[in-house]
Amino acid sequence: MLVLSGIAVVILGFALRLNPLIVVVTAAIVTGLSAHIDFLAVVTMLGHAFVANRFIAIAWLVLPVIGLLERGGIRERARALVGRIQAATTGRVLLAYLALRQLSAALGLTALGGHVQMVRPVIAPMAEAAAERIAPLDEKTREAVRANAAAADNIGVFFGEDVFVAIGSVLLIKGFLEQNGIVVTPLQLSVWAIPTALIAFLVHGARLLLLDRRLKRRGAA
Amino acid sequence: MIGLEGIYGITGAMFAAFALCQALDGAWRSALFWGCFALLVGAGSYLPDLYSGALVLVLAVLGAMGLKPKPVATTDAQTRERSAASLGNWLFLPALVVPAITFAGTLLLPATHLVDPKQVTLISLGAGALIALAIAMAMLRASPLRAVQEGRRLVDSIGWAAVLPQMLAALGGVFAAAGMGKVVAGLVVGAIPMTAPVVAVITFTLGMALFTFIMGNAFAAFPVMAAGIGLPLIVGKFGGDPVIMSAVGMLSGFCGTLLTPMAANFNIVPAAVLELSDRNAVIKVQAPTAFILLAANTILMALFVYHR
Repeated sequence: MLVLSGIAVVILGFALRLNPLIVVVTAAIVTGLSAHIDFLAVVTMLGHAFVANRFIAIAWLVLPVIGLLERGGIRERARALVGRIQAATTGRVLLAYLALRQLSAALGLTALGGHVQMVRPVIAPMAEAAAERIAPLDEKTREAVRANAAAADNIGVFFGEDVFVAIGSVLLIKGFLEQNGIVVTPLQLSVWAIPTALIAFLVHGARLLLLDRRLKRRGAA
Repeated sequence: MIGLEGIYGITGAMFAAFALCQALDGAWRSALFWGCFALLVGAGSYLPDLYSGALVLVLAVLGAMGLKPKPVATTDAQTRERSAASLGNWLFLPALVVPAITFAGTLLLPATHLVDPKQVTLISLGAGALIALAIAMAMLRASPLRAVQEGRRLVDSIGWAAVLPQMLAALGGVFAAAGMGKVVAGLVVGAIPMTAPVVAVITFTLGMALFTFIMGNAFAAFPVMAAGIGLPLIVGKFGGDPVIMSAVGMLSGFCGTLLTPMAANFNIVPAAVLELSDRNAVIKVQAPTAFILLAANTILMALFVYHR
């Protein structure tokens, strides 16, 4: 039971808005100590796991590319494109992105998208430009539009990727069931991801159209 | 054969270059922070784990103190507008080259035996980023120093959040070593009497979401919850379909991912990347969708898992 104290540290730390890095390190040390692992062993464990998860850092290799493209005006170009399409609204831009992200992830193209490569340089500027057509944006509304762009990316990839047969989670399930003596094909599993994928699109799509109504009401007020 | 080590070396070198620029500008905390991270990424395989752990502690302390980056000069709005007008849609090309090469590499490279087949996606991603960088530099006639400075401008705006996903993965490792999974699964199973099939379904889907919320990762939650509730109760005792139990159970976990700051890569990093003042802003937008989908998954499983 004492092992759970690490979770308490995380919840408390995040609730108090302390810096997450220090919260996470403290939680690791508290968890380790409460499981009778000594301090140096916990530090060793942290170092080992941090290094073992370096593959996450590879995604940052796109930073110089995106930085250069921003310097070259990619955000301005994205805004100009939306400006030309009369029917474009924030909700519709994000709805189209949600559909594209879900469909491409369902085909295994999970790399098409992402917050650094796609949302910051292209999708968020498009969504903002569409919202500015109704009324100039205050800081709060601008941030809300950006947060919605990030959310559309997450929801699209989460509820699209499991429809693809060779994605990590499908293979994890297959391996787990096999270990327990149940043999299933990845296709069986991915078929059962389709209902949730459709519901996700309907629910979040409807919310994006409601976002349009909120932005319009704000413009009228 | 090309393995991951080469890509780690390049990634480490990039962060070392950021750190060097920061040191030259006198932004010492930033320089030290990204320098430590560069060492961990580039030379992690050669460092003793205890030293890596000490560097991780340094990252956490510097992150808490604040990195205090210095502003980096970039183009002004007028120059960017002009550049956007002259380059047009070609600007999108390098950004699309990254996923295109990642995808093509994942499909084609295993046949060539040039790269480690297990790491082919990550190696393709690294290659895609480098090729895209070459195209972008040629298109914008930018020097390597320019590219480093623009990358540094972005990493400065993202700040400590850039290392949080790896930090949380490390915490997950400590949680697992301390036997956290068994304790949580035991609590969930022990707290609810599993007499009715539908109760087992509700406990399983909510448990998946809750455990994912705590661990930040549905992949960590699934084996624990499926071994605790899914297989013995839904499939074993009540005769449910293991395919539906697993597939819909995993998607219930994804609803938890949408709600938790522990899934930093998806929820906290984008708030930093988009320069939002509220670090939980993305989670707040996702929450209603997550709760509706969790309910939908629970209903789906309750309706179909026991009908074969």
